[in-house]
This record gives sequence, C-alpha cells and structure tokens, in this order.
Amino acid sequence: MLPEQIKAKIISNKRFKDNYWHLEFESGLIAGRALPGQFVNIKVSDDVEPLLRRPLSIHGTQSSKVRLFYEVLGMGTRILSNRRPGEFLDVIGPLGNGFSLPGKGHRLGGQAAILVAGGMGGAPLLFLAKKMILSKPLILIGARTKSKVLCAQEFKALGSAVKIATDDGSAGFKGRVTELLSQVLREAKNGGDLSIYACGPRPMLKAVSKIACDNNIDSQLSLEEHMACGIGACLGCVVATKSGYKMVCKDGPVFSGKELTW
Amino acid sequence: MKPDLSVRIGKFDLKNPVMVASGTFGYAEEFAPFIDLKKLGAIVTKTITVSPRLGNLPPRTCETPAGMLNSIGLENPGIDKFIREKLPFLKKLGIPVIVSIASIDDPGEFTVLASHLDKIKEVSALELNISCPNLHKDKLISQDAKDTFELVSLVRKLTQKCLITKLSPNVTSISEIALAAERAGSDAVALINTLGGMSIDIDKRTPKIGSWSAGLSGPAIRPVAVKMIWEAHNKIKIPIIGMGGIMDIQSALEFFIAGASAISVGTANFINPRASIEIISGLKAYMADNNMRDLSGLIGSLRAC
Repeated sequence: MLPEQIKAKIISNKRFKDNYWHLEFESGLIAGRALPGQFVNIKVSDDVEPLLRRPLSIHGTQSSKVRLFYEVLGMGTRILSNRRPGEFLDVIGPLGNGFSLPGKGHRLGGQAAILVAGGMGGAPLLFLAKKMILSKPLILIGARTKSKVLCAQEFKALGSAVKIATDDGSAGFKGRVTELLSQVLREAKNGGDLSIYACGPRPMLKAVSKIACDNNIDSQLSLEEHMACGIGACLGCVVATKSGYKMVCKDGPVFSGKELTW
Repeated sequence: MKPDLSVRIGKFDLKNPVMVASGTFGYAEEFAPFIDLKKLGAIVTKTITVSPRLGNLPPRTCETPAGMLNSIGLENPGIDKFIREKLPFLKKLGIPVIVSIASIDDPGEFTVLASHLDKIKEVSALELNISCPNLHKDKLISQDAKDTFELVSLVRKLTQKCLITKLSPNVTSISEIALAAERAGSDAVALINTLGGMSIDIDKRTPKIGSWSAGLSGPAIRPVAVKMIWEAHNKIKIPIIGMGGIMDIQSALEFFIAGASAISVGTANFINPRASIEIISGLKAYMADNNMRDLSGLIGSLRAC
C-alpha cells in the first residue's frame, strides 16, 4: 500500500514513565493501511531545526487512530513531546516493509512464535503481537534494569506469556535477553517450524540472528538506522546484505536474519 | 494576468524553472505517491556511472544544525541498467529529463556515458557531476579551471545535447571555474554541489559518517550558494541553475534575484516531498503580485541596498 503525506491531528501525547511517551494521532488512512513493523516519518516542528523527519514505528492502531510509543532522547523527540492534543503533525506513512505473519501450523508448546524485544523494541512488536490471533507468541523482553522493562503488561494483557531478562538481574533472568532466548530454545528443542521476531539494539539483533541460524529457525529483525528521506530516495540508510546494500526505509525495516551480513 | 514561467536553459525549454536536484529525488518514481511529477520543470536523476556502484560504507547520513551530511558515494546501477530499468519511467513523464553523469577513475568514462545517452531523444540534457565530494579524491575536476575546461571540451565534442556542468563550492573562485566551463562549451552551470563537512560522535570519538567526511547540504549552506550564484552571474553569460538549501518559495526567490535562471530543490525533497510543487505555485503568486509577465524581470534583479 502506498504511503501518503498528511496533516494528522494529535489526539493525545502523554508521558508514560521516565522519558517514555505515548502519542496518538488521527488518520483513518494510515490506521487502515498500517502493517506491524511499518513506520511513520514525522516532521516534529515547522522549523529547520531539527531539519529531518523522525521515523517512529507504529505501536498500534484502533479504528482511525495511530498509536506511537517513543523515548525522548534528543532534540526531535523532545520537541515532539511538547506537541499538544489538537495540533497537527506532518506525517508520512505508512512506510517500509513490515513483518510477515506466521502460518497456522507453527507450534512451540502452544506458541506460534517468539518475539524478542530489547529496549524500545516492544514498540513495533506489540502491534505484531496484536495481529497474531491464531496463537499467542512467547514474549522475551530485555532491558538493562527493571525500570527499563517496557510493554510487559501490554503483552500480558494480550494473553501472551512474558519472560524478562535484565543485565543486572533486578527482574527475571539475569543476563542478556539473547541468553534467555538460547535457554528457551534448548528447553523447547523442536524449533524447526518456529519463527523469531525481534526488534532492539543492533548487537542484540545480530545475536538473535546467529541463534536463529544455529537452530535453523527463521528470524525477522526490525532494524533502525538514521534516515534522511524514509521513502527510498536518498540511499542514506543502507544495511549490508547478501545481495548488496539494502535500504532500511524501503526494503526494510524488517529483514530476514539469513539475509543480513552485519 | 497569468505569468509565463517558462525559461530556456541552453538548448531546451522548461515550462517552469523549478527542477529537482540530483541525488535527492532518486529516479522520480520514489516521489510518485506524493506529487504530480508532470508539474516539475525538469528532473535531474541520481548520478549514473559506467559500472554499477555499491556506494560508501554506512552510516551515510547525519543531521547537523539546519542541515545534513551525506556520503552516499554515487551508489547507482550503472549506465546499462539505468537505461533498461530506470529511464522508461522517466521517459513516460513527458517532462525534460536531465541525466547526471560522473567518472570514477578516468575522465574518459564521461565519453562512454555521453555516447550512450546522446542517442536517447527523451534525455534533454546531461549534467556533468565533476563535484561529488564523496569519492575520496585529493582534488575534484571542478576544483581546477584547466581540468574543468578539458573535461567539458571532451564531452562537448561527443554530443549536441545540452550540457550542464555542476560545480563545487569548495574553491577559491567560483567564477573562474564557471568561466572555464562556459569557454569549453557548457550550455549552463549548476551551483552549488555540497560543501565538504564532517561531524564527530564525542562519546565514541568516531566520525558520524562511515567514510569520515561527507557533503553538507540544507538551509545551513544557503548563504554560501546565494553568494556564489551572484558572483558567477556577474562573470558568465550562460544560465545558472541555482541550488543549495532551497526549502520554500522565499528561499527560491533569493536564488533567482541573485542571478539563477532556474533552481533545483534538493535536501527539501527529503523533508517535504511536495516542496518543489509548492515553490512552483509560490512563484506564480509572487510574479502575479509583482506584475511580472515573465521571469526576465526577476532573474538577476538584485539592486544595491
């Protein structure tokens, strides 16, 4: 489905906790077309500072509303967090290739798939989990510490089992979420027709891809990269693959783990 | 009164003077969901080289104050695949197509490119990109008046097509280089390409761009571009296509007043895909408000303050 450039009315923009925010805007067009893993590219102000749009993954849709989950990290997201309900945002979307949903036959102890979320990675994966209605995926969430564990309640509310890994052991498994993933796969031992979906920091995705390949499991990874245009024109956001450089904005942001050469 | 926006650039006519800059508009099809491409004055393609190029190591872009750095490194499918796969879409649009071309190792590559494109009637002009800052060269062709003269002369012998020479702002005297292009038979000059720039991640103490240095574009470079267009306009007779941080009609007008006969929208395409179309309507309104019948009253109309 083709993207469009629209002026979308902000419905709500609220701090969830710490630097984490939820924003909802009105767009029947984007809400109707959006697929899990796709993103929108937002001009946060009318000024030339910051110059570029900010790509944010789609966290969910409800009738004509599009929901975003973002962390205030720099100038762009700080300005976005100051935007008020009723104001209009210049939004381009939906953009990129999202996740492919698994077929019916996939099972792992009742789980169709494993979703691995590192840091803000829960933002697109919650949208994916909502669309996995045939069987509930198993969710693995990784964070540095307990207060940085995101989206756990939302995943649980969908009926999914959630396992947590923290670097400091303040919640769940002590260690990397990828170590937890290895442990889960060892215990399951029948991962042949299972899919892994992951979003998080690049080193985590690389580790997930290796674990998936070693276990002969398909993995779909959602990548992040600085973008100038978001629509496949500038060739700025490329990632190395077996078939050369590919654009994160247009060929991705979701790539097969087998395809990437890191 | 409906203003006449048409302008002649060397050997071809544009229905309006608003083009899109090479490397910022892909091969046009990327923008089809957002604008009516047929409304543009002309399209300049991403630069094409003889052989396919993978381009530079990522990360390739980063944001800077009111601007951005890019180091794409002329990633492109090569001339054969361009003609086979990208040109058919451009031909169908029915507006002037300007193909940007560059050499990598040897200026002789321009002869291969020019002779391929000379035969294609839908190609209105060739833009000689002798000013890409991202090829890790010690010196660009457009940083030397003699090299510029020789290169343009070489291509001039091979084709009757309109030649536009794109120049680098990283020079001591832009008018000296523009004059060399004019004397060698260039039909127009395009200025400016990006300015060399660099940005550093202070936590990692690494460059923010994979190839270390890059080209700066966006509103940050606009005053540099306007001054260079004014300087060149005072010295050369061939038309100037002005670019460098044009975001909207106000910034576009500065370029016309400084002496540009046409303008190219570059980085703005990334931020607002409709920028070029909005500038065309803004120009119509400005000309009507100022009782301008055509562009001749606007181009180079700068007065002393």
